[in-house]
Amino acid sequence: MLDLTAAGAARAIAAGELDPTELFEAYRARAAADELNAFTWVADAAPEPADGPLRGVPLAVKDLFCTEGVPSQSGSRILEGYLPPYTATAVRRLEEAGATLLGKTNQDEFAMGSSNENSAFGPVLNPWDRTRVPGGSSGGSAAAVAAGLAPWALGTDTGGSIRQPAALCGIVGLKPTYGSVSRYGMIAFASSLDQAGPFTRDVTDAALLYRHMAGADPQDATAVGHPDTIALPSAQRLDGVRLGVPEELAGGEGLEPGVLAAFEAALQHARDLGAVIEQVSLPTAPKALSAYYVLAPAECSSNLSRFDGVRYGMRADADDLDSMYTETRHDGFGPEVRRRILIGTYALSSGYYDAYYATAQRVRTLIVREFEQAFTQVDAIVTPTSPTIAFELGSKTADPLAMYLNDVLTVPMSLAGIPAISIPCGLSEGMPVGLQIAGPAFSENRLLDTAYALEQVLEFDGSPARVGAGA
Amino acid sequence: MSTVEYEAVIGLEIHVQLQTATKMFCSCALGFGEEPNTRTCPVCLGLPGSLPVANAEAIHYGLMIGMAVGSELAPRSIFHRKNYFYPDLPKGYQISQFDEPLCSGGELAGVRIHRVHLEEDAAKLVHAGASGRIHGSEASVVDFNRGGTPLAEIVTEPDLESAEQAGEWLRLLRTTLRRLGVSDVNMEEGSLRCDANISLRPVGETELGTKTELKNMNSFRFIERGIRAEIARQEAILRAGDKVTQETLHFDPRTEAITSLRSKEEAHDYRYFPEPDLPPVTITEAMLERARAAMPELPAAREARFLDELALNAESARLLSWRSELGDFFEAARAAAPNVEPQMLANWAAELAGRVDGDDPAASPVTPQALADLAGLVAAGAVTQGGARQVLDRLVAEGGDPAAIVEQEGLGAVGGADELAPVVRAALEAHPDLAERLRGGDMKPIGVIIGVVMKETRGRADGKEVTAIVRSELGLG
Repeated sequence: MLDLTAAGAARAIAAGELDPTELFEAYRARAAADELNAFTWVADAAPEPADGPLRGVPLAVKDLFCTEGVPSQSGSRILEGYLPPYTATAVRRLEEAGATLLGKTNQDEFAMGSSNENSAFGPVLNPWDRTRVPGGSSGGSAAAVAAGLAPWALGTDTGGSIRQPAALCGIVGLKPTYGSVSRYGMIAFASSLDQAGPFTRDVTDAALLYRHMAGADPQDATAVGHPDTIALPSAQRLDGVRLGVPEELAGGEGLEPGVLAAFEAALQHARDLGAVIEQVSLPTAPKALSAYYVLAPAECSSNLSRFDGVRYGMRADADDLDSMYTETRHDGFGPEVRRRILIGTYALSSGYYDAYYATAQRVRTLIVREFEQAFTQVDAIVTPTSPTIAFELGSKTADPLAMYLNDVLTVPMSLAGIPAISIPCGLSEGMPVGLQIAGPAFSENRLLDTAYALEQVLEFDGSPARVGAGA
Repeated sequence: MSTVEYEAVIGLEIHVQLQTATKMFCSCALGFGEEPNTRTCPVCLGLPGSLPVANAEAIHYGLMIGMAVGSELAPRSIFHRKNYFYPDLPKGYQISQFDEPLCSGGELAGVRIHRVHLEEDAAKLVHAGASGRIHGSEASVVDFNRGGTPLAEIVTEPDLESAEQAGEWLRLLRTTLRRLGVSDVNMEEGSLRCDANISLRPVGETELGTKTELKNMNSFRFIERGIRAEIARQEAILRAGDKVTQETLHFDPRTEAITSLRSKEEAHDYRYFPEPDLPPVTITEAMLERARAAMPELPAAREARFLDELALNAESARLLSWRSELGDFFEAARAAAPNVEPQMLANWAAELAGRVDGDDPAASPVTPQALADLAGLVAAGAVTQGGARQVLDRLVAEGGDPAAIVEQEGLGAVGGADELAPVVRAALEAHPDLAERLRGGDMKPIGVIIGVVMKETRGRADGKEVTAIVRSELGLG
């Protein structure tokens, strides 16, 4: 029963062949015995599922989604003991479709990180090799799904936080079009970039979960929903599908040879399915990382101002207001979060705004236009998801720039607000490599079909990660 | 001793709480003195994960204000975040507008408007302890009922020159806002708040001097007193040869003391940037049409109508248009007595205004019908001006019908030589010396004679008629 995909489990429950409580209990036991530190909270008992198409399928949810009465602290000490009075829209929609909350998953603090080592709960281990990171920031969700501790999970992606851990853990991760899923109830990192998306074992599950997440929300003015119904993918061939390889991102520079080899093998599979591989140019894409590391910290410096010790979470004992603020925020935030708040505050300061924030916004506009231009030439853009395989725990923590470089291939799509999916496309040094496929805004159906067709011929085997983890 | 004369240059920033059904960025009802923290939700408490959604009604009201002052209405405006830490600001930033406001430019009664923008109000801090201010208080608690209330901030150009002018203009602005129905504009309850930017310069100089900002004064009286005190303070500094420091000041109406809140160096760097949680505000033709349709007659138009159509004098026209409730009362009285001359009715409306507390005479026992009847009695000569004032006093005290009061009190005008001649004769006989002077052509004592007659008739005689009778009695032709 644990080998069933989420879609398979949903079918079996609907057909009366599988008892949802039994399924929940099986996953609950595995999650509770989690040795990867993937979970920050696990349900005591199976909740009564709502009657819907996902009835009784357990769901793991990244810590930063607010869940009513259930700890939600975005991996941070500053929200220790915080129990939200409401549930995030994306989670609520899934619960209304019948999904049941299995647990909350570990993450980099406030989604800032690419290795899940910046968590107040400690690092998450990669189920393929426990000396390595699972990627981040949604490392707990990725590890939990890869290790079979949950059938599927919710994560969020700001600059790659779904796609990169999905790649490093050998599963499927979809970052949807910005605005297609409500952000209401997601503890914000960078509002103009944050987007919720699924972690799944296969592309079909990703389509199924996304279908029930997407939708406009009167409580999120930026959530417009998706114009199309999300279909379950079925494409067997890619005849005539034009896939663009941007020379600036996938030209080989900075990519590990094993990653490049797996990527090129995947391109060959695509050709075999009838796809046309073309080179495209995204001239400004190499600047995306710099722009991202101005814009995201700028927004986070403001978004995280509410954590001031006045109303909820941690509060330091102090004699006066200013000391209370400083001590609470110093003790409550970890070093990476403090670093980004400082960078962002500096970038927005009077006298520096034009040089940093405004310039970065102009870069973002250029990147949006270059993607639009590229999509007049090709149907989708393909790159490796991450330049490296999962790296050793602790190997990059002393060098923030080296860590940031891990997002170099995912950040451009985040700035453009376009959808991108990562699917496992092979192994390098025994560790998974991810293939990223990005398309124009709201092209999820086509992306999922493309990913599905490739998935069928890539025949990636994720089972090694499920051995030995959990009970 | 310097002989330089200084002139004041004053600009105002007015914050108006808009009386929408719900808050600026969430669906909580606005607070009206309920138990603290009962009108809150995750959004206005700034809870993690919550997001703002702009209130369409507040945008509608903002457009109406912009139309009322002739602003340019931006087809696309954006919200910005104004970042600073304070316990009354749950998100650590205020959602406001910065360089692309809803309304730009405009003018009201000769004072240019710089801009009108929308933002959210802060929560209310309550400080325990004697001072009532944060410094020296023992503890502070926050009531978030007010937090997130929609505000329109109206900023003028520095076109005002005195405390009195500022006060008068603010009253006009308040009337305008009240006519628009966008706010209850109650200063005591904080729904209308005003900051003043004040600088002085030598008369004839065109460069502006260093300005100070006087914060958050909550009554017209305090505003005028505060501005006056600050002008005096700056003038003393300049006369002593010193320089005014750019700073933000607090005026204490109890002690008249002006104290510094913060200097320019201590000023916040608000790190404004576009609010990523809110799409730009796009104004459609339908929104403009709706705002236009909702526009009432504004004080300036009413003033022009009173001048042109009713031929009121300038003083009455301004009084009845700038004080809208009085104007409404006047118009109701006119409808009740269309034959009474408008200026006469306006004069009695002004008399009434001087006798009632507060802005709205409709709140007194006097009805528009009663005022119209009273003016009609005066016009018909049934009661004199003096008698009518006594009737009005009684109407204000207890209401009633003017004709009945005239009857009860015996205030009916004494008219005609038959009734008045004996009284005049008696007065002249009682004052033979004055009668003699009058006969000799010295008309100065006539006032005394009239006074005696008025006293005898308890004000019911008409002064002109008395004069005529005196002349005929003395054979003066």
